Amino acid sequence: MSVMIEMTGAEKTFTMHLQGGVRLPVVRGVTFQVKAGECLVLSGPSGAGKSSILKMIFGNYRCDGGRIGIRHEGAMIDIANAEPRDILSVRRATIGYVSQFLRAIPRVPTIDVVAEPLIATGTSRADARQQAGHLLRRLNIPERLWALPPSTFSGGEQQRVNIARGFISDHPVLLLDEPTASLDAANREVVVDLIDEKKNAGVAIVAIVHDDEIRRWIADHVVDVTVFAAAA
Amino acid sequence: MAEMQRAAQCDETLLVAEGLSKSYGRLAACRDVSFTLYPGEVLAIVGESDSGKTTLLQMLSAQLAPTAGRVSYRMRDGVLRDLSSLGEAERRFLFRTDWGYVHQDPAQGLRMAVSAGANVGERLMAVGWSHYGRIRDAASSWLERVEIDTARIDDAPRTYSGGMRQRLQIARNLVTEPRLVFMDEPTGGLDVSVQARLLDLMRNLVSELGLAAIVVTHDLAVARLLSHRVMVMKGGQVIETGLTDQVLDDPHEPYTQLLVSSILPP
Repeated sequence: MSVMIEMTGAEKTFTMHLQGGVRLPVVRGVTFQVKAGECLVLSGPSGAGKSSILKMIFGNYRCDGGRIGIRHEGAMIDIANAEPRDILSVRRATIGYVSQFLRAIPRVPTIDVVAEPLIATGTSRADARQQAGHLLRRLNIPERLWALPPSTFSGGEQQRVNIARGFISDHPVLLLDEPTASLDAANREVVVDLIDEKKNAGVAIVAIVHDDEIRRWIADHVVDVTVFAAAA
Repeated sequence: MAEMQRAAQCDETLLVAEGLSKSYGRLAACRDVSFTLYPGEVLAIVGESDSGKTTLLQMLSAQLAPTAGRVSYRMRDGVLRDLSSLGEAERRFLFRTDWGYVHQDPAQGLRMAVSAGANVGERLMAVGWSHYGRIRDAASSWLERVEIDTARIDDAPRTYSGGMRQRLQIARNLVTEPRLVFMDEPTGGLDVSVQARLLDLMRNLVSELGLAAIVVTHDLAVARLLSHRVMVMKGGQVIETGLTDQVLDDPHEPYTQLLVSSILPP
């Protein structure tokens, strides 16, 4: 199986200029590989830098050193040094990201929030909506809510909308930040099934999950992020 | 946002700014700004008043001659041309057809005393449309697209609310299918609920039409919702640039950190 994600010595430090230039080292020497069809789970206490690592892979946080290789359209591209428009292209075609919280856009109906990534890559609106409805149904979001913007939904409902949006595309790389945190047992099982389907389809996954049972279900490898602790 | 629409799928630059500067005597309003814009890409220029962002927008849109540097634009024939070398007919083509310019104050971009239909139709007539019925149909379909009741087509925009005027200005600009739209604080002066509706509309239009846009705004929420890339300006210079979510979630420069940390969470 081909390597989809290859992090080598990646590091991240925040410099807080408004707090007198305090430097907050987050991670250093982050090195791991994820192959197609594998799920790597990042573990460690909160504040260890797990979410930061996902954001670095997605190109949301800038990387201060090292390399973040992603297999994009057949070739390795280094996210740490890529141009903005190349990162956009990687996000369109290669990396999907389910963040911890849905960033709701005012006025956009739930069904379109979920369908949008497909429409952006050229699927017709009707087809994209149909697939979005299929996922929303699996995730137990009642059809009467589909036409409403998700901003008024409960935390668990918003998270499921976010998951549907992240899983709808056929991205070969998927980043999951606590996808099951506020879900009940039935919906957790749905998410585990969805993750399994992605793995079977050859998707490389990096996930943060706190639930031990789910970790056992989905993880092929576990990396303890505290080994990358950057604090002096 | 992560859902970067079908931006920048074309490999040829649309607009190139090189070393743009503007000074008034000893005052440098804008210093050494360079960037490239690709078709379908939305660039936000953010900064507070007097940061030089409006001066920059005026130079980019050929309304103000730079003291140094140049702007090149790829004309529809595929040739990249220095704006200062264009003849009058080519400039007119850009202003009337290939570019749009959305002013903060709709009264500057609209003719307030003539009907909404005429405001939209005027740009079509300028590019040679002459059939009254077809112009009216096009105007009416554009009013619908910007969510203006077509029963108001014969009313003058001075009878419209602020939000409707701004949507009408957008319709007037987009009717000729421009490839690049300049926007100067497009949501400034509107109520928050009206802003949200306008932003949503602009977001959809930009992605459906594959428009490139350069949006000047002091409102980081506008930049986050509309743009792919951001340039932060201060004192006439670009101090930070990158993907919009990167610059807003992981700002590096002290001034950018100040701007980002000054937003009240909703």
